[in-house]
Amino acid sequence: MADPLLQARGIFKSYGHVEALRGCDFEVYPNEIVALIGDNGAGKSTLIKILAGTEEADEGEIFLEGHPIHVGSPSEAMQLGIETVYQDLALAPDLDGSANLYLGRELMMAGLLGKLGFLDNRAMRTGARKAFGELGIDLQNAQSAVANLSGGQRQSVAVARSVAWASKVVFLDEPTAALGVIQTARVIETVKKIRDRGVAAVLISHNMRQVLEVADRIEVLRLGRRVARFDRQGATIEQLVLAMTGGLAEEGAA
Amino acid sequence: MTAVRRSRGGPVRRAVESRLAPIAELWRAFSQTRVGSVVARAFSTNGAWIFLLLIGLMLFFNFMAPGKFLTEFNVRSMATNVAVLLVIAVGETFVMATGGIDLSVGYVLLFSGVTSAQAMNWGGKDPTNSGWDIVLLGFMVAIGSGLAWGVLNGIIVAKAKVPALIATLGTLGMSWGLAEIFSNGQDLRYLPKIIADMGASRLIFDKVPLVVVVAILIAAAGGVMLSFTRFGRYTLAIGSNQEAARRAGINVDRHLIAVYALSGALAGFAGFMSLAIFTTTTISGHANDNLQAIAAVVIGGTSLMGGVATVGGTTIGICIPMVLFSGFTILGYQSFWRDVAVGAVLILAVYADQLRRRRRERR
Repeated sequence: MADPLLQARGIFKSYGHVEALRGCDFEVYPNEIVALIGDNGAGKSTLIKILAGTEEADEGEIFLEGHPIHVGSPSEAMQLGIETVYQDLALAPDLDGSANLYLGRELMMAGLLGKLGFLDNRAMRTGARKAFGELGIDLQNAQSAVANLSGGQRQSVAVARSVAWASKVVFLDEPTAALGVIQTARVIETVKKIRDRGVAAVLISHNMRQVLEVADRIEVLRLGRRVARFDRQGATIEQLVLAMTGGLAEEGAA
Repeated sequence: MTAVRRSRGGPVRRAVESRLAPIAELWRAFSQTRVGSVVARAFSTNGAWIFLLLIGLMLFFNFMAPGKFLTEFNVRSMATNVAVLLVIAVGETFVMATGGIDLSVGYVLLFSGVTSAQAMNWGGKDPTNSGWDIVLLGFMVAIGSGLAWGVLNGIIVAKAKVPALIATLGTLGMSWGLAEIFSNGQDLRYLPKIIADMGASRLIFDKVPLVVVVAILIAAAGGVMLSFTRFGRYTLAIGSNQEAARRAGINVDRHLIAVYALSGALAGFAGFMSLAIFTTTTISGHANDNLQAIAAVVIGGTSLMGGVATVGGTTIGICIPMVLFSGFTILGYQSFWRDVAVGAVLILAVYADQLRRRRRERR
């Protein structure tokens, strides 16, 4: 197997007396969809937050393409090519799709107007149409506030924003939790497209069937540690559930 | 889905709706066109409606009092009276666009006017014949005073995380008290003649007061800034979803401080304008400025939750109470009817905003 694209080693993180992560390892390889699963409180979201820069680890190392990196803030993660689709979407509902796509990375007008802070809305709209189109998302009214879109379309905007800027890894924290059947299928389709563009995708999901259908690999967390790794071919739902609940022998345990 | 939803309601409502269906169809077709989509979007917020309300009110009063309401004199005095308020309302629009509120503007205006007047009276000399250097000093002191209060507001809100309502209520009291202490509660009446001349001077065939032109220029600049620049985009993004803005890499704290500083600086500028117009510090004349500015911003379609705001709307929102005041006065009613009417319009404006939010939440 190739070298890991993103690797976390021995991550510790506690909130007061609660140890969320206790020496957690995690790997993402290039061009794959890896599912991160685990019971509630296993530490999935904490791990994602640390890798995405919204939280800092107490201990542990993170490597990107073999080089140790420090991810101190979301913008540092973004600069490294790591993007996250958050569970609560993190869109500005009163702004339109294109403004959301370019939020924090606005295109400015050329010359003096740009220096004065004027936005190039036309260029951003064109770019947004292209980015949404690439993922097969059709926003009939690109100038409509995101709040006026359906839940699925909103989710699409959030996914499209992360995908458009990610060059290395996209984290998706339960991206289909609030969606209907058709919209879920669309997001899953998008996740596959991400991989086909050469960006690795990390999918957090509680839906085991979906995990087995989409993921190339599966990593299982339990009580703040990685306890098992599966290839899609070798895994069954029973095995995954066993690993999540502690029925399997722990990886690395004596 | 929509057909099912639309057929809800009693037989009367259904009958009315079936009659109106062709019109709704026409409207939908119109809103698909390029011009139509702009118009439809304008009417989906308060903006276009309150503009119609303003025009309607002006025509109504002109009809009720022909030759008295829409006269050159009356329009000019109305415009002069709203000029100062418009300047602070522009700053208030930015603050409220972030989901905050600035209660302190009227008293920061007063404080800035007092410090500015005192700076020009420095050393107890009668400044009536002072030159431009003293006037410039007074101007800088006014802006600086306002800016300082604004930065303080911003730091308290953004860094100390004190809710804006309380933070600016606190600085309201502080700036008011200090203004009274500095001035011993006495209006300063000695100002350079240059300032009085500025306040009285008119441009454009000697018809439009300079202060009105200045207020309009500031409103125009504020409107462009809010709608077309990155500063405005960040302001609206923070009001729409502060956490999203933070995760997108926007320095939210710094931006909030800048927005409150802008509001303070504009209040300082308005304080200087007020000196020019009234040639005195008018200590007791600004008690309601903050509420008038906030009412104007809300009537103008800015959402109390933030994220949606236009300076154009605020400008109309400033004019409506003035037109009511002038109209009622000319018609011989007590001018307090303005306060009654403005209160009602304010509630309606917020109710319309809530309805819009609820409607889109249902999606």
